Amino acid sequence: MAFEEVCPDRIDLIHKNYRKLCNLLVDVEEWGQVVIINMLTRYARTQFTSPWKEDAVFDENNEKAFYDSDSEEKQGQKEAKPYIMDPDHRLLLRNTKPLLQSRNTAVVMAVAQLYWHLAPKHEVSIVTKSLVRLLRSHREVQYVVLQNIATMSIQKKGMFEPYMKSFYVRSTDATHIKTLKLEILTNLANEANISTILREFQTYVKSQDKAFAAATIQAIGRCATNISEVTDTCLNGLVLLLSNRDETVVAESVVVIKKLLQTQPTQHSDIIKHMAKLFDNITVPMARASILWLMGEYCERVPKIAPDVLRKMAKTFTSEEDIVKLQTVNLAAKLYLTNSKQTKLLTQYILNLGKYDQNYDIRDRTRFVRQLIVPNEKSGALNKYARRILLAPKPAPVLESAFKDRDRFQLGTLSHSLNIKATGYQELSDWPAVAPDPFVRNVEVIEPVQEWAPSVGKAKQPKSDNKFYSDDEEKEEEGSVSGSEDSSSSSEESGSESEEESSEESEKTSSDSGKSSSGSEVSSSESEPEQKKKKQIKKANVRRSKQTAPDSDSDENGNGPVSKTSSSSAESSSDSESDSEEDSDSDSPAPQKKTIVKTKPKVEVRSKKEVSLLDLDDFSPAPPSTPKSSVFSSSLLSDLEGLSLSNVSSAMQVTTSSFGPVKTYELLHHMTGKGLSAKYHFPRQPFLYQPSMVAVQVILTNSSDHSLEEIHIGDWSPASLNIHCFNTVERLESEASVTVSMGIDFSDSTQAANFQLCTKEDQFSVSIQPAVGELLMPSTMKEPDFCNEQKKLMGMNETSATLTMATANASKQNISKQVLSVANVAVVSSDQNNLQRFAGRTVSSRALVLVTLELRESSTALLTINTEKSVMASMLLRDLKQALSQA
Amino acid sequence: MIHSLFLISHAGDLFLEKHWKSVISRSVCDYFFEAKEKAGDPENVAPVLQTPHHYLISIYRGKLFFLSVTQTEVPPLFVIEFLHRVADTFQDYFGECSESVIKENTVTVYELLEEMLDNGFPLATESNVLKEMIRPPTILRSVVNTLTGGSNVGGILPTGQLSNVPWRRVGVKYTNNEAYFDVIEEIDAILDKSGTTVFAEIQGVIEACVKLSGMPDLTLSFMNPRLLDDVSFHPCVRFKRWESERVMSFIPPDGNFRLMSYHVSSQNLVAIPVYVKQNISFLETGSCGRLDITIGPKQTMGKMVEGLMVTIPMPKSVLSVNLIATQGTYTFDLTTKVVLWDVGKLNPQKLPNLRGSLSMQVGAPKPEENPSINIDLKIQQLAISGLKVSRLDMYGEKYKPFKGVKYVTKAGKFQVRT
Repeated sequence: MAFEEVCPDRIDLIHKNYRKLCNLLVDVEEWGQVVIINMLTRYARTQFTSPWKEDAVFDENNEKAFYDSDSEEKQGQKEAKPYIMDPDHRLLLRNTKPLLQSRNTAVVMAVAQLYWHLAPKHEVSIVTKSLVRLLRSHREVQYVVLQNIATMSIQKKGMFEPYMKSFYVRSTDATHIKTLKLEILTNLANEANISTILREFQTYVKSQDKAFAAATIQAIGRCATNISEVTDTCLNGLVLLLSNRDETVVAESVVVIKKLLQTQPTQHSDIIKHMAKLFDNITVPMARASILWLMGEYCERVPKIAPDVLRKMAKTFTSEEDIVKLQTVNLAAKLYLTNSKQTKLLTQYILNLGKYDQNYDIRDRTRFVRQLIVPNEKSGALNKYARRILLAPKPAPVLESAFKDRDRFQLGTLSHSLNIKATGYQELSDWPAVAPDPFVRNVEVIEPVQEWAPSVGKAKQPKSDNKFYSDDEEKEEEGSVSGSEDSSSSSEESGSESEEESSEESEKTSSDSGKSSSGSEVSSSESEPEQKKKKQIKKANVRRSKQTAPDSDSDENGNGPVSKTSSSSAESSSDSESDSEEDSDSDSPAPQKKTIVKTKPKVEVRSKKEVSLLDLDDFSPAPPSTPKSSVFSSSLLSDLEGLSLSNVSSAMQVTTSSFGPVKTYELLHHMTGKGLSAKYHFPRQPFLYQPSMVAVQVILTNSSDHSLEEIHIGDWSPASLNIHCFNTVERLESEASVTVSMGIDFSDSTQAANFQLCTKEDQFSVSIQPAVGELLMPSTMKEPDFCNEQKKLMGMNETSATLTMATANASKQNISKQVLSVANVAVVSSDQNNLQRFAGRTVSSRALVLVTLELRESSTALLTINTEKSVMASMLLRDLKQALSQA
Repeated sequence: MIHSLFLISHAGDLFLEKHWKSVISRSVCDYFFEAKEKAGDPENVAPVLQTPHHYLISIYRGKLFFLSVTQTEVPPLFVIEFLHRVADTFQDYFGECSESVIKENTVTVYELLEEMLDNGFPLATESNVLKEMIRPPTILRSVVNTLTGGSNVGGILPTGQLSNVPWRRVGVKYTNNEAYFDVIEEIDAILDKSGTTVFAEIQGVIEACVKLSGMPDLTLSFMNPRLLDDVSFHPCVRFKRWESERVMSFIPPDGNFRLMSYHVSSQNLVAIPVYVKQNISFLETGSCGRLDITIGPKQTMGKMVEGLMVTIPMPKSVLSVNLIATQGTYTFDLTTKVVLWDVGKLNPQKLPNLRGSLSMQVGAPKPEENPSINIDLKIQQLAISGLKVSRLDMYGEKYKPFKGVKYVTKAGKFQVRT
């Protein structure tokens, strides 16, 4: 219910709950049922393909559709594309059916509209009985139900035909109910039952309720036009009604007869004559006007009577109603054209009267007609066509139901009832041409609902296998980009296949969705328990979420568009990945050290780690040294500093410190960039939009001779990488440059972020490779805090090395300058002369990084780094060592 | 959903209003009054109306209009059903649903409305749940309340609402354990002038009065369940069992409730218990007419027809009637022009007859159509469709309940065209 109120458009939120909702529907209290059914109707219209098209094609063999769904695998390929109802779609229909028996009329109506909008044509009729039952209910309920039946009966006569008698009118019914019943009876009329209906109508015509009697006459008119066999009978009946004493009845009959005669261009001159005789007695303007029109239209058939009628009209013209006057003018004009000898004077008299009428419509019409028919020299052109204009054959009016256009609204809604779009009305969308991925609803399978997922236990096994594989793959890619990928990805695929089978068992999904989607299914189903398991872990390293490398697995398996679920799985795998990455990179002492991690949910961590340890054993990764060092050579030369940060942690604060000039790196050379060059640097400031991102400033320069337009960031890889793009630069003039800032979440790894820098015409692949020092942010803390934290990060989390200081770096100031140039850390003030301390945190996971430099005699020093990120520690150590010893 | 509720009397007095969200000015009702004015007869007011900013959905019950205001799209039946539920609850609490009764019990009415709707969404509509929260007024309690200053709002939250059998409260205890079922069938029929049946069908309901201790699980089975064409159940009935075995299995609510309503398939021939010989004519010239009605038993299955009542809405031009009834009494309402003839028991030996003259307005044309005759009757100990309850079993409790089934046939919308 809240859903409807708050965000009725967010269909995607229902996916995971869809089956639960369907199954619980019967047990929900009745008011909730109404809301849920309405919501599911809308949902189903967006999620399933139409069950109707096939009915049109395969109408005669509906049975077939059923067989199809049984042996769908085989049949799915051949034939045009027989409709196979989505099992979820079927589930909805099946679960709502018992609700037709509800005592709550609103629920019954909701189910009826659900079937009407969602069920295959041949199944809709099961709601008929229940709807007819509702007619026994209160007057107001009848009213609404009849409205809906009226709409339904236009499209599907057969549905209500057996219950025709239930719509017979009682004299005690309220007028609007009578009218609605009449409407339905008219809709239901066909050759077979028309005689019964007409007999019934005869009773109604005599009703004391005159409005209803008039409506009945119109209904008879409609029946007469729709069913040609009875037209004559109806016409005769209506003519009899002309002698009725009640004026409204007569008037209505005249109007209907007029319409009928128009549709029947046969010889009915006697009827016209009869009407002409009645003309004197009829006073209702609409009826008089109708007769006049008939006279004019068929004046050639009644050549003697028409001029006489005109003569009478000329006498009474001034006292007539406007509508009658207009028709008199028309009649005069038409007679003038066909029989000018007799009527010339009469016509001129009437036109003169009309000329000075009070109503400007009549004056206008008179003037127009006069110019048209009376020949004079000015209006020669139109004059010739006057006959064709006035006596053109006119198309017969179509008598159709007032409920014809109501089907644009969803049945049972307020809008439908009023035939006006009510505020807050949700348009029912059309069926999608192609069903959206049915697997989005699959999450449910993993949940411990036993009936649906008999293979829960089984499913878990292959899934965790899978996990291993994907981990390996990533690792291998990272370590050595050799051919190991093949093997791992194939193993991944086999894993996914076994999963696919099990999932297919559990719920008979059609296989035509192909491998790709089943692939995504794997990942999505995977993610659920995985996330449960890891909830704790995630808490520990919230900030570390997105990682550059890991999602490669889903990409390589051809997942196509990375759906939401798969990306979440990628995310979760990234967590595990980064864990294991540390393990592998931190060389031999690593495994044991991990236990000392200060995070609270230790148990969870351990269980997680076991996985990664396994990995380590099984696939010892190639030593990462070679690629890494190359990374650093560039960064080493680089950094000067300028930095910043603010973030609160328990006892210590992350500070903002600012330092001098910043080293910039080339992102895109103007030669390769066809005039566009880009440079970037790390401003060492917290990124505004997302604190887990590293801020990068890019200076775009246009060195070409023409201006560049729409410079923006295109695709990036790996897709799991989180990049906050800069706003598109609409136009960069020649020789101009602009500085934009973007944010990249490196997830505390030095892996390069590859992305495309696009202009309107071109796109260039570029990459940003951060130095490890840039992945930190400074953190201020007091010395005692520092020592405390350091004590917690001993053992496995400590990395140290002895180095020889360059002479230039002897002074304390110079040392800190060097350190700060390499890494974005803060100096911890200390009164100990031989010790220098620096503190920082990793940007994305907020892990502490503590650097201690202990000066010893003869310009040697002991450099210690304490952090749980042992990979970073070793890399940072190397960088610092290099910086301090060279300089 | 439902924004506000206005109660409007037959005469058009707005005497009670309740707002669940924000207050909507009474002036919104002017649109309704306008429509009411136009329609003339209160029955003819369209249940769904549109105003520039609001939508008005109303029902007419017991000479009262329940007018609800909504601002957004909502299934109209949803609101209508709810309003009827409100009216039912009033009836249940106060015995009848009329203006005077509601005015007398304003406090309880507001309490009920407050509980039934929460922020515009129906909350507790089950009468058992409501009665646990707000106790129905009795004379004794109102005396006690006045003396002690207490209220009749229950101090405890209803237990039923949270359980999976929300319709039954726990810990029910009776010294006499009884379960009564009334099978009530109504004949809807239209007979034409000559007495042939134009249309006839049977609608039935089973009303239950169950006073059993504990959590009894009842099973009711029929001799001939195939008769039932279309059924709707109280939520307590297990639909699965009905579908598979055609037995009704349920844990009953406590007290009175409607167990099921059903419809007997229209293919079956419906026995029409009475015939009507009538002759109503209006003279072409003089301002008077004749009326002669005789009623006789037709297919009564050997049972006595009771409570026979004949209603004839006369044309508006009839001024007065001068009739003689051989049995029972008749009245003529001058404002509504309805002749009401209370016959009572139908004696097959001496058929009741009503005859006399009608005097018409002078100068008025002869009425086009003869009035139709509505008949009301009652036959005890008979279900006209032939439906029979075969047995009632109870599980889950030890004691032996007293069981009873009663059959009644009534005329529903039984109309004779003349």
